[in-house]
Amino acid sequence: MAQPVSTKAAEPLFAARGVSVRFGGVQALSQVSLEVAPHEVLGVIGPNGAGKTTLFNVLCGFAVPDEGELAWEGRPLGRVRPSQLAGLGMARTLQGLGLFDRMTVLENVMVGADHHARAGFWTGLFGLGHRDEARLVERSRAVLARLGVEDYAERMPGGLPYGVRKKVALARALVSEPRLLLLDEPASGLSPHEMEELGGVVRDLTATTATLLVEHHMDLVMSVCDHVTVLDFGRVIASGTPAQVQDDPAVTAAYLGTPVADGEVS
Amino acid sequence: MQQFMTTLLGGLTLGAVYASFALALCLIWRSTRVVNFAQAPMAMVTTYVGLEVIEATGSYWLGFAVALAAGFVLGALVERLLVRHVEGAGDLNIVILTLGLFVALHGLAALVFGSDYRSFPAPFGLKGLHVGGHNVAITPFGVFTIVAVGIVLVLLVLLFRSTDVGLRMRAAAFSPEVARLLGVRVGAMLTLGWALAAVVGSLAGLLIAGGNLVFPQYMDSVVVYGFVAAVLGGLDSPVGSVVGGLILGLVLSFVSGYVAGDLVPVTALIVLVGVLLVRPGGLFSHVAERRV
Amino acid sequence: MSTLAVRSAALWRVPLLRHVVLGLVGLTVMLFVLGSLSPFRDAQLATMAYLAIAAGGLTVLTGFSGQLSLGHGAFLAVGAYTTAVLLEDGDPPFPLVGVMVAAVVVTVAVGAVVGIAAARLHGPYVAGATLALAVAVPSLARYLDGLGQEQGLHVRVPDVPTWFDDTVWMITGADVDPTSYVAYLGWTALVVTYVLLANLMRSRVGRTWRALSNDDVAAEIAGVRLGRARVLAFVVSTAAAGLAGSLMAMAVRVTSPSGFSVDLSVTLLSAIVLGGLGTLSGALIGSALLTFLPQAVTSWGTSAGLSDVRAAELAPVAYGLIMIAVVLLAPAGIVGSLRRVWWRRRGIA
Repeated sequence: MAQPVSTKAAEPLFAARGVSVRFGGVQALSQVSLEVAPHEVLGVIGPNGAGKTTLFNVLCGFAVPDEGELAWEGRPLGRVRPSQLAGLGMARTLQGLGLFDRMTVLENVMVGADHHARAGFWTGLFGLGHRDEARLVERSRAVLARLGVEDYAERMPGGLPYGVRKKVALARALVSEPRLLLLDEPASGLSPHEMEELGGVVRDLTATTATLLVEHHMDLVMSVCDHVTVLDFGRVIASGTPAQVQDDPAVTAAYLGTPVADGEVS
Repeated sequence: MQQFMTTLLGGLTLGAVYASFALALCLIWRSTRVVNFAQAPMAMVTTYVGLEVIEATGSYWLGFAVALAAGFVLGALVERLLVRHVEGAGDLNIVILTLGLFVALHGLAALVFGSDYRSFPAPFGLKGLHVGGHNVAITPFGVFTIVAVGIVLVLLVLLFRSTDVGLRMRAAAFSPEVARLLGVRVGAMLTLGWALAAVVGSLAGLLIAGGNLVFPQYMDSVVVYGFVAAVLGGLDSPVGSVVGGLILGLVLSFVSGYVAGDLVPVTALIVLVGVLLVRPGGLFSHVAERRV
Repeated sequence: MSTLAVRSAALWRVPLLRHVVLGLVGLTVMLFVLGSLSPFRDAQLATMAYLAIAAGGLTVLTGFSGQLSLGHGAFLAVGAYTTAVLLEDGDPPFPLVGVMVAAVVVTVAVGAVVGIAAARLHGPYVAGATLALAVAVPSLARYLDGLGQEQGLHVRVPDVPTWFDDTVWMITGADVDPTSYVAYLGWTALVVTYVLLANLMRSRVGRTWRALSNDDVAAEIAGVRLGRARVLAFVVSTAAAGLAGSLMAMAVRVTSPSGFSVDLSVTLLSAIVLGGLGTLSGALIGSALLTFLPQAVTSWGTSAGLSDVRAAELAPVAYGLIMIAVVLLAPAGIVGSLRRVWWRRRGIA
């Protein structure tokens, strides 16, 4: 088992230490540790069934680990509720996108900005939140524009192309201006061109936002990530820069011989 | 002591009736994930049909059989013609559909059968039994009720657990797409589910009617308590429905007998809420509480 | 476009102003309509008003936040009985508006408790619990002392205040009798309630509700506090129900357990679906149907040769069949279907 390579001098933004999860008789995760430094992109990869999804769910509070702990900015994090993520400065996307079908694209993003809203119940009741609403709209439109989909703002998500919908979901996560972005298989269903675009967005974001992504597509991972952690059978088997991980024989063995080329079906 | 026995046995009989109704609801839920609020009026209609046959032929059992058969047909028709077209359009729409049926059937029954109170015969005695020189506070009809429900429960469990058809029905309910790929005729299974449930519901209707007066609203209180019993036991579990029905019947019988009749609905509410807060999916369920 | 037109268009965009203007227009129209109709028609309109208020609240609860309540009749009962008790001994200890507010407060207290419990449950279980509530509350009214048992309590509508009578007479030339007074009260309350509800639905809170009913997992991840939002929806809807119950007590002049049967809850729910789930205009249309359809159907029945009794049974049949037809053919209700057409024309969806 490779030693985790640590080149970080400063306190990591987000860390998981010794996380273990057991479902019934199956040990889904075993002593998994990883760290995300501010402004960096960490990729989590591994063959199917390696425990990536379980780990992801633990990291954002959807699953409680049997052992181990999470730390945010060096301080330990207790049981995190999904609705507290935004307050902490984290945002995640869902594999199924989870867009609100009965609301416009703009409204979808505005829900993500809820954290920034000032208007409460009574303001809403008496219709006084006009300025607050305008600010939210502006902020949401800005994020949509950044991703190049502002023209779709008034449309319903239902009839839109998959790539556009993925961007809307990403916009919804980004609008809360998170310090850490958790992406769940962001490249699935995207064309090579769209994947490149996504990579560019994630790299641009590093100025303000660190990213942790769970992914199958090696091309994206290798080109975008600063560090990569590899899981297999619920354990970390390698961790380091993309180049280091690519050369690691343990990783090659885990993937049955060769790193999988692009176009793998996830 | 006498009052205690009366209350106990009365509660068991009542509980058996709620259990049968809860079973019908559970069946439909398991096969189509729908709560059929129209179950009670459907049972009411089939009971009326049975009554007409009894009055025409003089034979209780013939009317009984016809009522059950009518239930089968009615259940199948409702699923085929109505529910089939609403599936997938959202839970609320299906609820409204069944509620609409609830309202329409009540009116139809009143139009066709009249809203007067009519008496419904019972095949077994309605006076208390004599066992070994003692007066037991249960009637032969009460015994029949409990036995009938018990038999139905066993048959249902056997159907679902041990037969091919039962397996297919369960597959169709939980994973229609996968079941279809495996060759299960999903549509037919759904129809069958509703038809069977309606038969059980018809049985409930007949059991309640026996020895009592029948009128278009006579099943309405059962709607509430049957539903509560089903929810109490867990909508997914037939055993839960029966246990829920029995518990509810007993509790309500005791409250009615020892405290006050008017407090019965409140008691039902308290029991229900109490159970659901501890086990949000009912007593026999595996549903996790919503993360709030 | 002239500056005035541009300015007006911009102002119209502001939801609050839009709602208030519509509300004022509604109030004015109502004033004249009620003044010119017979007391019988006014009584019918009073019924429509309180049903619409309850339906509006239910729209927020079921249409917006997706919680199915089969027991809204119970909340109307709480509001009605509170009002009846306060008006029991002739003149109330405080003005009529105060009585209505008291009814709302009491109902909200109950609603909050129910909402907190309901927030922890899934769909059909919420339905089951609220159904049990719908039956429990009226029978509790039967049991408790001082609530009139089976016959219920008589409600004496306070006299029409002279200033009101004079004002209405000055504007419309009509006299105000007690029956019409309830209608005026009802419709004023309706307009005010709908303006407030419309504001809420357009606001951030409304957006939160729609999000959580669409996909609660995604909403939670986006930061929505599910429990809070759900309970809030319950509280708002029960406030409306309490107000509606209060008006109902005054319109019907008696509050008895039989007036709050499960039927009431079911018909309220069906009204909002018929009109169009999730829209206030739908709630209004549904309430209108609920008020006027039964009578229309019954008279059609008698003219077609049925006896009075039989004709009366036609109404529920017609109503039930309409509900089924709407669900099968126009699941978005009347307003919803129209909206879809509108959206398709504009290429939005």
